[in-house]
Amino acid sequence: MPGESFVTLRKITKVYGSGSAAFTALKGIDLDIAKGEFVAVMGASGSGKSTFLNILGCLDSPTSGSYKFKGLEVHRFSLNERALFRRRFLGFVFQSYNLLSRATAVENVELPLVYRRMPRKERRLMAEKALELVGLSEWAHHRPQELSGGQQQRVAIARAIVTNPELILADEPTGNLDSEMSHEIMKLLVSLNRDLGLTVVMVTHEDEMARYAHRIIRFMDGMIVNGSDELWDARQMK
Amino acid sequence: MIFDAFIIAVRELRRNLLRSVLTSLGIIIGVASVITMVTLGNGATEQVRRQIASLGSNLLILHVGQAPRGHGGVRGKAPPFKLEDARAIAREIYGIEAVAPVSATPMQVIHGNRNRLTSVFGTTSEFFEVRDWPLARGRTFTVGEERAGKAVCIIGQTVAKDLFPYEDPIGNTIRLKKQAYRVVGVLGEKGMSSFGTDRDDLVVIPIKTFFRRISGNTDVGRIEVSVMDESLMEQVKIDMESLMRQRRRIRPGELDDFHVRDLREIAAILSGTTRSMTSLLAAIAAVSLLVGGIGIMNIMLVAVTERTKEIGIRMAVGALPGDVLLQFLVESVVLSSLGGILGIILAIGCSIWLSKILLVPFALDPFIVCISFLFSAAIGIAFGYFPARRAAHLNPIDALRHE
Ligand SMILES: Nc1ncnc2c1ncn2[C@@H]1O[C@H](COP(=O)(O)OP(=O)(O)OP(=O)(O)O)[C@@H](O)[C@H]1O
Ligand SMILES: [Mg+2]
Repeated sequence: MPGESFVTLRKITKVYGSGSAAFTALKGIDLDIAKGEFVAVMGASGSGKSTFLNILGCLDSPTSGSYKFKGLEVHRFSLNERALFRRRFLGFVFQSYNLLSRATAVENVELPLVYRRMPRKERRLMAEKALELVGLSEWAHHRPQELSGGQQQRVAIARAIVTNPELILADEPTGNLDSEMSHEIMKLLVSLNRDLGLTVVMVTHEDEMARYAHRIIRFMDGMIVNGSDELWDARQMK
Repeated sequence: MIFDAFIIAVRELRRNLLRSVLTSLGIIIGVASVITMVTLGNGATEQVRRQIASLGSNLLILHVGQAPRGHGGVRGKAPPFKLEDARAIAREIYGIEAVAPVSATPMQVIHGNRNRLTSVFGTTSEFFEVRDWPLARGRTFTVGEERAGKAVCIIGQTVAKDLFPYEDPIGNTIRLKKQAYRVVGVLGEKGMSSFGTDRDDLVVIPIKTFFRRISGNTDVGRIEVSVMDESLMEQVKIDMESLMRQRRRIRPGELDDFHVRDLREIAAILSGTTRSMTSLLAAIAAVSLLVGGIGIMNIMLVAVTERTKEIGIRMAVGALPGDVLLQFLVESVVLSSLGGILGIILAIGCSIWLSKILLVPFALDPFIVCISFLFSAAIGIAFGYFPARRAAHLNPIDALRHE
């Protein structure tokens, strides 16, 4: 279903540090992502995958280049506008889950809704619904440290989708999980992509996990080496 | 939102309870000292006011000699007053309620085998009116007793208790200079003065009796006057001064050899002293509040560093910089107001205790309590702003990477 422009990146660069210590982590990224796509990002360690994803997620800003999201000129946003943008369109899943350890599962899931000024009861209801969707209803009142890695990651996914985002960004979501749990998480992401129509961009090291995606983008030394849509094309053939 | 921020703030502060309390110590001490000082100052002022009222409101006292300036004034050389001066004041000045000539001397007073050194006052029945001092029992002097200079007396509570522990003093006799005086009345209790003297330690006799039997002359030591209304005080004072200049034949340009003392002036001096004390202590309190504020700023900077990762997570899930700012501001305000509340509690405890020790009334001013509380909250805002701003301006990805 690649349609009208959803995400458009042009000549994105990212330079860390300055002067002689400057390091160019991204060397001109051109990329389009269509609505509803499931994209896997692969590449060697240090090739710039996380840097790229963070820029896509507006957690970090590019040094140069243009980033358009549904026509919005994201690269021109101020700090506050970027926060508003994240809040409106994005959901994040991290390798290390990044749950608040002092809050229960359901409290973690409702956190994004707190910042959307949603009334108490309503947001609790929505958080419970999201937990149900990831199959964790019984664990709602447990703290992260009482949950397995896979369960914690599912809480994180519930937190990412509770706000009905349009784009899910996942940086090695299965990096800390064993193979069985990894597949569970991937199936969950696939179903969110398929059933809810969420666009997913996921960084991974494992070919096995990348195979769940429509398309694989390979990074090498801060550049995309093949923009080919082999998997996507292959599926389209069927 | 602010409610959520409040909940989080309380949770965070409870998690580090000891640290929170230690941090707010500066505020606690600052607030406690301000409130305690003001409360005690109010108490002292109130006490002076009560004593002056109990001395007889609107009292003017005419003394011989120049008004004391600093230490020691020229006294004694000036001629004493006479009874006729008191009569002239009563007769010629408008606005006077009562006039009492007073001559006093310390003397040994004896009853049976008991004796006591006390003050003997020779005066008239109007004295009790001037001083607004009702009798507890008995009666005042009759006109006959005053005119004839009879050996009768009215005694203060302390004298009554000391000389007549088991008997009724009324109708009994006491001795002054080996002469017997019949007790006709006992004065009501006045208690201690603000200078620590016992105002109930006196014996009052008719002034003519005093002249004849004790002083041996007709000199009047001072003349006490009570004025009908406070608004007339100034005028009566001026009239008394010009009357006395005329009677004592003081030419224009010459200094008065007498002075009129207004008790309100003494009250003003006393409360002025407490006021300058209060402002000194307020300065100390301000310094400790400043130190307290810096302590809060410091601990909030620590909290921001400790919770950088959490801030990153919150930003990733949708917190705006303003939300983060609000969160940390609320936290520092809760912290400083906690200090304010503890300070208020401490202050109330201290002032109750100190006012008992210093024998001043406990006069807590709710206005000062409110102001101190609001001020402590304001310190939270002022000193919490910088750390909160620092948290709000973190780059989300740097915050998330922070361990
Ligand atoms: N904050 C930073 N300051 C300086 N250099 C950085 C910073 N973040 C990343 N880099 C550098 O940029 C390069 C790309 O980093 P990035 O995290 O994007 O790699 P990656 O592809 O995600 O690697 P991995 O697979 O190990 O996660 C690396 O060489 C890294 O050292
Ligand atoms: Mg990475």
